[in-house]
Amino acid sequence: MRKYLSFFKMRLMAGLQYRAAALAGLSTQFVWGGMEILIYRAFWLEHPERFPMGMEALAAYVWLQQAFLTFFALWNWEWEIIDSVRTGSVAYELVRPTDLYGMWMARSLAVRLSRGLLRALPVILLGVLLPAPWGLRLRVSPAVFALFLLSTALMLVVVCAFSLFVYALTFHMTDTNGVTVLSVAAADLLGGAIVPLPFLPEGLRQIAELSPFGAMQNVPLRIFGGDIAGADIPAAMGLQVFWAAVLIAGGYALMRAGLRRTVIAGG
Amino acid sequence: MIEMRGICKTYRVRRREAGLGNAVKSLFSRTYTEIPALRDMTFTIPDGQIVGYIGPNGAGKSTTIKILSGILRPDSGDCTVNGLTPWADRKKHVARLGVVFGQRSQLWWDVPVMESFLLLKDIYRVPEGTFQGNLDRLTELLDLGDLLKTPARMLSLGQRMRCEIAAALLHGPEVLFLDEPTIGLDAVSKLKVRSFILEQNRLCGTTVLLTTHDMQDIDALCSRVLLIGKGRLLLDGDTALIRSTAGENLSTEESVADLYRRFGI
Repeated sequence: MRKYLSFFKMRLMAGLQYRAAALAGLSTQFVWGGMEILIYRAFWLEHPERFPMGMEALAAYVWLQQAFLTFFALWNWEWEIIDSVRTGSVAYELVRPTDLYGMWMARSLAVRLSRGLLRALPVILLGVLLPAPWGLRLRVSPAVFALFLLSTALMLVVVCAFSLFVYALTFHMTDTNGVTVLSVAAADLLGGAIVPLPFLPEGLRQIAELSPFGAMQNVPLRIFGGDIAGADIPAAMGLQVFWAAVLIAGGYALMRAGLRRTVIAGG
Repeated sequence: MIEMRGICKTYRVRRREAGLGNAVKSLFSRTYTEIPALRDMTFTIPDGQIVGYIGPNGAGKSTTIKILSGILRPDSGDCTVNGLTPWADRKKHVARLGVVFGQRSQLWWDVPVMESFLLLKDIYRVPEGTFQGNLDRLTELLDLGDLLKTPARMLSLGQRMRCEIAAALLHGPEVLFLDEPTIGLDAVSKLKVRSFILEQNRLCGTTVLLTTHDMQDIDALCSRVLLIGKGRLLLDGDTALIRSTAGENLSTEESVADLYRRFGI
């Protein structure tokens, strides 16, 4: 375990050195968040009674989504890992006494965390400074906040396990571009990246909520805003645990099968 | 002790002629060609020997190293390195193994070399005292000094190679595989690397298997040479044997070229 922790720590520290990328991301997230709020505001002012979420819950969703974007943005693939499988240099990771799945998991978690930690605070600050109901209200009970944190951690594991599942697929295909593009599109719609899931039509919404994508940003962001509350919280988090387990088991099996038949071509 | 007995490995390669017609045809029926990389490879290397493993490109050198490192599973045959079967006991086996691939980097490219070393210490579970001892010795012999604070991507090739070799030896492996360790190095770096390998072998009794195309490496380091071609072991002996098998009065380099021609490889 210790080696994976050390690797995680090293990747986390290394990730924190990319200041320019963080600044560029930050400005995008300010503008994007502001734009979203303006659009929802227009709809809300028109028909507040037909809104499927409270405006405050929605504002919390938007600002936290922008603050922690790198935690769950599925398009943040680790191309270095995909390339290493495609070119075969992944073999050289096998000359170390480590488990490849564990190393990749540690690395994915560290990269997402380090990117998110650099960006989160300024966005949260901006959200807090905005007036109600367009800003981020931090008045949540300690219990809800604790559940939010736990659910965020689960979401990170689900997202990384999903990424690793795709990386493991690379062992079995010449090109994973199709899979990456399709899963990003699915995650954007079914994960609540484009609009929060309550805005989806009945039927599609239920499918989305049960899908692995619904176990990502959807859960913590709605818990924080109070949109998922009471008995719905354990149900939603249970689903996160379920998908984390399924994706880890599936990815692990795919990787084992891939490594067993892998032939590393060339010197 | 490294033992290989009757190791065979065949690669299946998909082949087709160029052109649209053939591309369409290959959608329906694919032709595979079997390329034997190793045929009945058998040899034994006792502890503490430095062995040169030479042969032309495509002879099967890398395949052998990959099988011995536990990365690749052969089709048939037995292989043990200090009693362990590499691909079956991979984790246990590689914990006692050091590998340097001249064409690839094992260091994490965006962090200072020392951070990679500290991580390797945890990965191989090297006790603090042993680690410090090994690190001090390697730093002095390989002249690492300030390099340890530099990110790996900022190092020159020669500097990086010295760090790679140190990285492979931090956990005090019993067996060291070097795959073209001097490729692309300048004269000074080559000499440094060579004298270090000799020193390591003399002091720690490390068994070294070295693949190279540089015959000066062989002259300087190896008491024994295995010459392979087309997946077969063709010659097993010291450099004197190589020279005496080839024509008169040739350098090792010329002798080897002569042997390649003679064996038709």
